[in-house]
Amino acid sequence: MAKIDRHYDKGFQELVHMAVKNLVNDVKLFSPEAIVVGNMMSSSLFQQDSLAALVADAVGLRGRGGFKVEAACGSGGHAIAAGYALVASGLYNQVLVVGVEKMSDYPTATTTAALAQAADFEHEAIYGASFVALNALVMRLYMHRYEAKREDLAIWPVRMHEYGSQNPYAQLRNRITIEDVLKSAVIADPIRLMDSSPIGDGAAAILLASEDVARKISDTPIQIAGVGMGSDGLDLASREDLLNPMSIRMAAEKAYKMAGVGPRDIDVAEIHDAFTITALLSIEGLGFAGLGESWKLIKDGRFAAGDKPSINLSGGLKARGHPVGATGVYQVAEIAMQLRGDFPGVKVGKAEYGLAMNTGGVATLTTVTILKR
Amino acid sequence: MRMSPARVWRERGARYRLEGSKCKRCGRVFYPPKPACPYCGSLEVEKVELPKRGKIISYTIEYTVPEGYRHLAPLIIALIELENGVKVLAPLTDVKPDEVYIGMPVEATLRRVWEESDEGLIVYGIKFTPTTS
Ligand SMILES: CC(C)(COP(=O)(O)OP(=O)(O)OC[C@H]1O[C@@H](n2cnc3c(N)ncnc32)[C@H](O)[C@@H]1OP(=O)(O)O)[C@@H](O)C(=O)NCCC(=O)NCCS
Ligand SMILES: [Zn+2]
Repeated sequence: MAKIDRHYDKGFQELVHMAVKNLVNDVKLFSPEAIVVGNMMSSSLFQQDSLAALVADAVGLRGRGGFKVEAACGSGGHAIAAGYALVASGLYNQVLVVGVEKMSDYPTATTTAALAQAADFEHEAIYGASFVALNALVMRLYMHRYEAKREDLAIWPVRMHEYGSQNPYAQLRNRITIEDVLKSAVIADPIRLMDSSPIGDGAAAILLASEDVARKISDTPIQIAGVGMGSDGLDLASREDLLNPMSIRMAAEKAYKMAGVGPRDIDVAEIHDAFTITALLSIEGLGFAGLGESWKLIKDGRFAAGDKPSINLSGGLKARGHPVGATGVYQVAEIAMQLRGDFPGVKVGKAEYGLAMNTGGVATLTTVTILKR
Repeated sequence: MRMSPARVWRERGARYRLEGSKCKRCGRVFYPPKPACPYCGSLEVEKVELPKRGKIISYTIEYTVPEGYRHLAPLIIALIELENGVKVLAPLTDVKPDEVYIGMPVEATLRRVWEESDEGLIVYGIKFTPTTS
């Protein structure tokens, strides 16, 4: 993993190089046979496709084949799913999965215009609806239906900044208060600056290997026990229920079933809190809380460090940061470190099962990955 | 942002007339139109014109507005439930932000949505205003 930041001095290749160098020191034999890249905006912001070749040359892997996986802000999680399939099918023994994103080279308006491509262009973005605006509309509906007060929904970002302050890889390392959240600038009412994930650059890398190879190259291999994907309507209008995204339910159901576990078995999780509302929908969609219950449980102190599950000890997208297409790979790397016990920030303690949930769009394309020690 | 005349023409039904789809198998009506039913999976659907009145289910007041739309700031984007239960996402117009509420009755009107330049392409589309009568 590379620390997430505004890396004006580093391009795609430098960021990837940084992330992979850390990884190489972690295994006894580094020899990936294929490369999968999670990335959203290389095409829209940098006029660059063919990303797997760019990545190969950043880390001396010319010759190895590969491709980019795009699922908006969920690209990283989907890259893991694709890499997993390449190994599980028996096609390759070692696959390098890299998530990389550069967001800070341009003014915020340029970057957010590219981010808006995650939503339905024809029926949403064309009206000037920003990605934040679509999430804001969902947040207002949540507050209205479940009678949640604005200040109740300020607890989450405060907690994320607290955890982020202890994570050396996090972009935002300042602590904030409820008051800071309620006074921060309104981006799209009711979403404020302090409800939003920041704009930053980052890269993270994971080496996926078949079981026997993994045992040879690492003393502490972590097993991928379950993988699931799901979708909901690209547009919000035709969705059955905006507060119960089908993509999260479908992805979770498949991953839990494959791993032979349920929400109660998960010790530690990294979920997709691009905005405060996304955290609530994710916690409910994964079955950690009933519909409309997550905000009350958070208020009661649930899901904090020491609870089962402990959620977003990295600081989450809110504070660790959200270099969109890389985020899903960060999450899986963080969970792997939590299970091994060497995560450099707030630790979960003894844990057997971990879960990473990443989504693109307004919970439009979701992956759930379950890891086991 | 790029827009082609062919695309504007192709997308006119949904955007000018509020055309949705009706599933020939389960009978559900939905918007935006799609060539298949998102609820039962049927590949057989037909076009239907939707009622022009409804009420607001949720909305946002967008202060950080994308380029090309700044003159409209703050922009109000709403999710509207039409009289037949079909939902539509669209901007509100001719209304002040502090007048908007959940449950507010609104009706569709055809307005200018986006302009390429002074002499370029213009995209028109449905916006909603408070119901007048
Ligand atoms: C919220 C947002 C519009 C703010 O961008 P901005 O107005 O350009 O912010 P700036 O970069 O000018 O930052 C202003 C200050 O706020 C801080 N800041 C920026 N974003 C922040 C955030 N999300 N949370 C907390 N602080 C933030 C900056 O560090 C800066 O502080 P400083 O003045 O002490 O250095 C932008 O971060 C955004 O669009 N976020 C959402 C990204 C998104 O949609 N991601 C995809 C989701 S799936
Ligand atoms: Zn049907």
